[in-house]
Amino acid sequence: MTQTDTRVGPATAGPTPGPARPFWTTRRRDQLTGYLFITPQLLGSAVFVILPLILVVWYSLHEWNVLAGTFDFVGTDNYQALADDPNLGAVLRATGLFSVGLVVFNLGLALLLAVLLNQRLRGTILFRTLFFSPVVVSLVAWTIVWGFLLQDNGGLNSLLDTVGVDGPNWLRGEGTAMVSVIVVQVFKNVGLNMVLFLAALQGVPADLYEAAEVDGASRLRQFWRITVPLISPTILLTSIITVVGSLQVFAQIAVLTQGGPGTSTTVLVYYLYQQAFQFHHFGYGATLSIVLFAIVLALTVLQWQMRKRWVFHES
Amino acid sequence: MRAGKALRGVAVALAGTLALTACGGGGDAADSGPAKLRMTVWSANEAHLKLFNEIADEYRKSHPDVAEIKFDPLPFDSYTTTLTTQIAGGNAPDLAWVFENSAPDFVASGALLPLDDTLKKAEGYQYEDLSPATLKLWQNDGKLYAYPFSTSPFGVFVNTDMVKKAGQKTPAELIAAGQWTWDNALATAAAAGAKSGKAGLVIRDFDYKGWDNLSTFWTGWGAQAWSEDGKTCGFNSPEMVDAMTTLHEATFTQKALPGPGTTADFFAGDSAMTITQISRASLLKDGGFGWDLVPLPAGPKGNYAVVGQAGLGVMKKSPHAKQAADFLAFFTNPTNSAKLAQFFPPPRQSQLTAETLAKTNPKLKPEQLQKVVIDGITNGVVKPSHAGQAELSQQVRAGLDPLWQPNADVKAVLDGVCAKIQPLLAK
Repeated sequence: MTQTDTRVGPATAGPTPGPARPFWTTRRRDQLTGYLFITPQLLGSAVFVILPLILVVWYSLHEWNVLAGTFDFVGTDNYQALADDPNLGAVLRATGLFSVGLVVFNLGLALLLAVLLNQRLRGTILFRTLFFSPVVVSLVAWTIVWGFLLQDNGGLNSLLDTVGVDGPNWLRGEGTAMVSVIVVQVFKNVGLNMVLFLAALQGVPADLYEAAEVDGASRLRQFWRITVPLISPTILLTSIITVVGSLQVFAQIAVLTQGGPGTSTTVLVYYLYQQAFQFHHFGYGATLSIVLFAIVLALTVLQWQMRKRWVFHES
Repeated sequence: MRAGKALRGVAVALAGTLALTACGGGGDAADSGPAKLRMTVWSANEAHLKLFNEIADEYRKSHPDVAEIKFDPLPFDSYTTTLTTQIAGGNAPDLAWVFENSAPDFVASGALLPLDDTLKKAEGYQYEDLSPATLKLWQNDGKLYAYPFSTSPFGVFVNTDMVKKAGQKTPAELIAAGQWTWDNALATAAAAGAKSGKAGLVIRDFDYKGWDNLSTFWTGWGAQAWSEDGKTCGFNSPEMVDAMTTLHEATFTQKALPGPGTTADFFAGDSAMTITQISRASLLKDGGFGWDLVPLPAGPKGNYAVVGQAGLGVMKKSPHAKQAADFLAFFTNPTNSAKLAQFFPPPRQSQLTAETLAKTNPKLKPEQLQKVVIDGITNGVVKPSHAGQAELSQQVRAGLDPLWQPNADVKAVLDGVCAKIQPLLAK
């Protein structure tokens, strides 16, 4: 398309000798076409991403009382409140615990499933479909159903009861609530990482394994020395997606535990929601969202930097 | 160089967007012509909405300056959050229902229009007929900021079939014998629960989170969440410790109440008794099971009643605040108040008689209405409310969580609750 344009451009302008060059040079036309193509996306980003980002910084410098309709500049008061917030430690701990638990469990399980389902056995297609299907289920519907299963007199404990085990009150115990939320989230999304790992595994050349076998390497050694290095770009990708996603968890907490018991599952996004929308501290909520933004940015940059150390094979 | 250009492009795009949003924001300020009113409510019940629309249609016949009155049901669970988000987003309704637990915030914030003058001036309104006790929560500095369109007492609904099957005296029999106390009520609930394999007593909407519903229990011990002036925590008072110790034992030892994380719906036949507002009588199905409605049992401090309230206010910032207030006066005048009484117990003293209420509450007997509704509204304590309730409520919920374990140290947990909320109360 651009090529026809380039030919038409000079032709319509006519061969004009001398220093007066036409305004619409090939280069400018190409640039215009490019900008036109990205305009819809750029507008969308400007309105829904960049503008809110700027506004959030602006809001964080204000005390905004929605009911009274007041919007007062308070400088760094909200940041001071952040430093003095007695709940922040517990919230960050819960956030960290959730993220670490989720990343380790999700990536571990996804890789295990991918390796198992990468074998040439009957029925693997069925299992791949089964493990992937939760990804396409509505998050809230999935969580509500799990909420019923995890109740004290719910499905899981009834099942445990039949084998003589007295199950805990999953969503009400300080320790079990966090584990429950993590497991529900892992089962929801493990299929996505599994598919990414499967694709990566299938890209590993078979002759490498054959050569390793000839050299007498065990299966485990083959996995660590061949599989892991060759799929490391995918491990990086999935870990970034999972870490960023884990920091943004909200619906599961809102539906299953509302941050309880105590504050044991009050992760940063849920706390931010409480402060802004339930307690009407919009300014402080904005401040918390900047903290979240900074954490996500820092972790992503860190992981990106670390890739130089542990991603062996990058195309 | 290229980066500079790109940045300039972004700046231009942003400026354009800002200009666009600025234009959009000005739209509703310059309203002229007939007003379109919107009232947010938390009931999506068809019968409720039908009645509201009938009243609104009648109003519009005589008021051509109001083109439309729309009742906008928001989800019950997130009502206040949704409402404040709408206000924050510049999409505030003209009129709004307000829960009693957010009353102090709304009343004190200046978000609502004072209603006294409009209501007093409205023709045939009979302002002095409104029971002063019901107005208290909605007043600030002598001005009324919302009309308490529903003052609904809490009572105990009883599945008499389940109670009789367990060989227990029914609450009505206990009342007749002067023995309707919490001790007997809990024993009856435990026995009925054990016999049926279902739940005993359910404090509806509590579910080990909505702790303000426990005031229907602890008020019998004379306990309060906080002092009258709202400045001192009441959770570690001796009365509260006694009440909560009884509740804890009833839950974990006596098994009179289902434990945390167990759902049981009285109206589906899952429990022997439930404490809830009388407006829930509409959930009873004909021919489902034998039932009764009785007042709350007596606590160590004797008889008591607890009421839940809902107010209706006009948003001060509404471009049609005057018309909205005028409609509110019509919506709640004596004639319409009598119509609304079939769902929402009214604050009008002249309408708080067993005869009036019986006409519109066919499921309840006159003595039930007298004992639970009328006596309840007259003597009832309103559920706890405080400025900044949402934050307080969250802190109390988190603080009470350790109590809902079988081996909890009640006093220590309640001391912990006070340690959490005292700084907020003292603000």
